[in-house]
Amino acid sequence: MEAFTQHTGKIVPLDRANVDTDQIIPKQFLKRVERTGFGQYLFYNWRFDTQGNPDPDFELNQEKYADGSILLSGANFGCGSSREHAPWALLDYGFRVVIAPSFADIFYNNCFKNGILPIRLPEETVNTLFQRVAQEITHTLTVDLEANKMEDHNGFSAEFKVEPYRRYCLLNGLDDIAVTLQKADKISSYEKNLPSYYQVQEKQNL
Amino acid sequence: MKPRTLFEKVWDRHVIDQEEGKPATLYIDLHLVHEVTSPQAFEGLRLNGRKVRRPDLTVATMDHNVPTTNRNLPITDETSAKQMNTLAKNCKEFGIRLYDLDDPGQGIVHVIGPELGLTLPGKTIVCGDSHTSTHGAFGALAFGIGTSEVEHVLATQCLQQLKPQTMEVHVKGTLSPGVTAKDVILAIISEIGTDGATGTVIEYTGEAIRNMSMEERMTVCNMSIEAGARAGMVAPDETTFRYLENRTFVPKGEAFEQAKQLWRQLQTDEGASYDKRVVLDASNIAPQVTWGTSPGMGSAVTDRVPDPDSFQSDAERKSARRALEYMGLKPGTPMSEIPVDRVFIGSCTNSRLEDLRMAAQVVKHRKVAPGVRAMVVPGSQEVKKQAEAEGLHEIFLHAGFEWRESGCSMCLAMNDDVLSEGERCASTSNRNFEGRQGRGGRTHLVSPMMAAAAAVHGHFVDIRNWTFKD
Repeated sequence: MEAFTQHTGKIVPLDRANVDTDQIIPKQFLKRVERTGFGQYLFYNWRFDTQGNPDPDFELNQEKYADGSILLSGANFGCGSSREHAPWALLDYGFRVVIAPSFADIFYNNCFKNGILPIRLPEETVNTLFQRVAQEITHTLTVDLEANKMEDHNGFSAEFKVEPYRRYCLLNGLDDIAVTLQKADKISSYEKNLPSYYQVQEKQNL
Repeated sequence: MKPRTLFEKVWDRHVIDQEEGKPATLYIDLHLVHEVTSPQAFEGLRLNGRKVRRPDLTVATMDHNVPTTNRNLPITDETSAKQMNTLAKNCKEFGIRLYDLDDPGQGIVHVIGPELGLTLPGKTIVCGDSHTSTHGAFGALAFGIGTSEVEHVLATQCLQQLKPQTMEVHVKGTLSPGVTAKDVILAIISEIGTDGATGTVIEYTGEAIRNMSMEERMTVCNMSIEAGARAGMVAPDETTFRYLENRTFVPKGEAFEQAKQLWRQLQTDEGASYDKRVVLDASNIAPQVTWGTSPGMGSAVTDRVPDPDSFQSDAERKSARRALEYMGLKPGTPMSEIPVDRVFIGSCTNSRLEDLRMAAQVVKHRKVAPGVRAMVVPGSQEVKKQAEAEGLHEIFLHAGFEWRESGCSMCLAMNDDVLSEGERCASTSNRNFEGRQGRGGRTHLVSPMMAAAAAVHGHFVDIRNWTFKD
């Protein structure tokens, strides 16, 4: 996983609440067996009509938001299915930061496993940002995870909080499987007390 | 000792390491795997030269992608076939028990877990699927995870988890006839909102929950995720034990008696407190129908489609306006006048034997309304077999329903079971998101009885007034 320390990029506003993972990456694109190549399908049903032509009204298709890498959205972002294809699609498209008043738990967690920083900000601050983007006062943001702070070049700044361990993993691009594997002794000792009926054999006759 | 909630007891029992300021290392007793969210996890293991730590605590099936007709024929969708073959290869390579497409144990992962007795009180259970919360009906701590965490569990049988908060959802009183578990959970979500339980594990308590069968409790816990919760739980009781006895992976004889003694301790202690609490009165709950594109956008069948201007916040008004436009509905329309084109009875929410029995009772000696296409997709091959033994399939087929093979089917429409643009569906599934059942498709979430009644009349009706024909 790529470490995240600081990122400067253009904001793409998506002023809707409850953006679910079915919208982020519709199910017809979940059949790939790789982690890559999902960006072309990001927000597919909103981005493209049934013939595959871009919808000029949709934010991602607007020239002024081209090459955006910071997504700004409404509350409960990423609700719905656990599909990690959603952060994979965001990352593959080029997003490194998602800002919203709140996130669904599984999506939020999945972001940290993929080097995406999801930032919760108070609803008023998110609304301020939406307004500033609409009025073309704010175009880009610099998000600094080391300083827990973001700012634009026009006087906006906000602080944010990330749970210390998640922040640590993201700052260091840490493989947390390797961390858990170091606890092998504790895991083995715990396993001595597992009931035997928990075990399922590969070729068990039922 | 400090009084603890059911969740805390199961959590504490599985924490193998807890360093200050860090997530707990939580041991996982059962890992369920399916074809859509696992290929990249197995690939990750191979790339890092890691193996599956406990293949004997890992069970796989195919459900999301599988065809629900003509299983004897080769799968026509090449990418789906590739995903299924990949799962079969991965299970073989890593020594994991797979309930393959032609296995009599195949079915929706959240239906077969309980059915096989893999789901047990006090276990920690994960799966790369958000509806893993279903298994909490047995007093297990069960939650959905992403593919990176699937890989983590495969490699270590553990997860790094921050401790969630707790929330009690207390449903007092008794339900009216015709009002089911599905209506209860839809009413709860409408009440607390789709993010009302975010960051928490819900424990469902109260007379209405106690009186529910295991299948009904599974329906309630299943949709905990639609309220934003990580998991939903119900403390195990005699109803739980009766369901479990004699199932394949449940201990037998003396071992079962001993296990029951342990499981009986899985109750929230008197004096234990939850971080949040909400109380609902079961007697006030009417059959529910959703009108929007989020599971929280629901109302009683006796209500009307709401006016977006009636909502309090700007964000809610905007969401409601957008939802009604997508759904093609006008404010003020009585819910019972909304016509349907399709009816889907199935999904991990409502495809168990009791669900099919309730729906069959409604359609018995009746016909699907002209112009409506209706289908029943049993949750597992075992459910299908039992339903056929009772003759339920004949009731459905006689009424004009399609009777399919088991799988997720039109709940998420990854296979060929898809709504067309503009088609309106009464669905017993769990999500009414835009395009969930097919691009431009319009989903109304309802109970199996309400779906069956809508099939017969071609529009929603209040099931409480139904005349059952025997």
